[in-house]
Amino acid sequence: MASALINVPARAKRGEVIEIKALISHVMETGYRRTQLGAAIPRDIIRLFVCTYNGTEVFRAELHPAIAANPFIAFSTVAVESGTLEFRWTGDNGFSVTESAKITID
Amino acid sequence: MLWPALGGLALTAAALAGEIPRAERRSGYEFMSRETRAMQDDDTANPGMLWVLDGEALWKGKSGAAGRACADCHGDARASMKGVAARHPSFDAARSRPITLEQRINACRVDRQQAPALAHESRELLALTAYVARQSRGTPIEIADDARTRPFLEAGRATWERRQGQLNLSCAQCHDDLWGRQLAGNVIPQAHPTGYPLYRLEWQGLGSLERRLRNCLTGIRAESYAYGAPELVDLELYLMYRARGMPLEAPAVRP
Repeated sequence: MASALINVPARAKRGEVIEIKALISHVMETGYRRTQLGAAIPRDIIRLFVCTYNGTEVFRAELHPAIAANPFIAFSTVAVESGTLEFRWTGDNGFSVTESAKITID
Repeated sequence: MLWPALGGLALTAAALAGEIPRAERRSGYEFMSRETRAMQDDDTANPGMLWVLDGEALWKGKSGAAGRACADCHGDARASMKGVAARHPSFDAARSRPITLEQRINACRVDRQQAPALAHESRELLALTAYVARQSRGTPIEIADDARTRPFLEAGRATWERRQGQLNLSCAQCHDDLWGRQLAGNVIPQAHPTGYPLYRLEWQGLGSLERRLRNCLTGIRAESYAYGAPELVDLELYLMYRARGMPLEAPAVRP
């Protein structure tokens, strides 16, 4: 099933500050909750989000149990060259999703 | 402290009772914070779109013993499903009563795809409903008011106006007469179902109008109707009729 939505401007001017938005589908189960029968619900969260721009890391975020389901991360970077932005989310239970987006610099 | 206050509200309600004039109707969207509105407006920030994407995959995937996908009969949903959500609940001749969009999807699954019906509030059913409803974004709600639907509209209106639960409140007392006022920390909205299925921040997920209505019934300490119960469907029909002409926002975001 589809899991991530990325918003990167398709074109930008060299040196321009661009806003990047990334939304991913994830339950972000804290590990502190219990079922109605008292059994602990194991933690299942995304631990790390990393964005690389043509191989260079431009943004990194550590995620924690207090973050709501379906985390939405918006950040900015400087458009330096045409190429690919790669997004990677990793977390509990071997969770790993990679998405990429192309950007063209005028 | 609570009871005298509620008693006072009830008196005001009795004096004011009646449907909200058309010009004064407002979507729940207008009662939201700037941040929550921005979240709904941007398709890459609206978490409901995650379900829409899932729904698109389900729409194209073959399912059931018939080995058919929704797309095999209906084609491109952007054309064939435009306006469909704005007409539901709609009258179903086979069942001789109105059915919701979720029930329509399940009927199609069982009869045409020969697949098992999807459970209420399951990820798959919400995803398909969100995908179909998304195609009607901006379409004005249009519920048929004719000889076939009128008894059900009347039943829905009666449920809306009937006091129930331990708090002895009717839906109309809050949402027709006291909208715009505070209920604890929240503004009371007019309860127009313009954005379902919608992403509620409180739920941290997508939910149907029936889930919302069941929440509300629990809030007035009444016994909730089961998912798909005729009383709930009639109430949905009346609510959509009450919001006729308002544009659909699905999938909306609400706090």
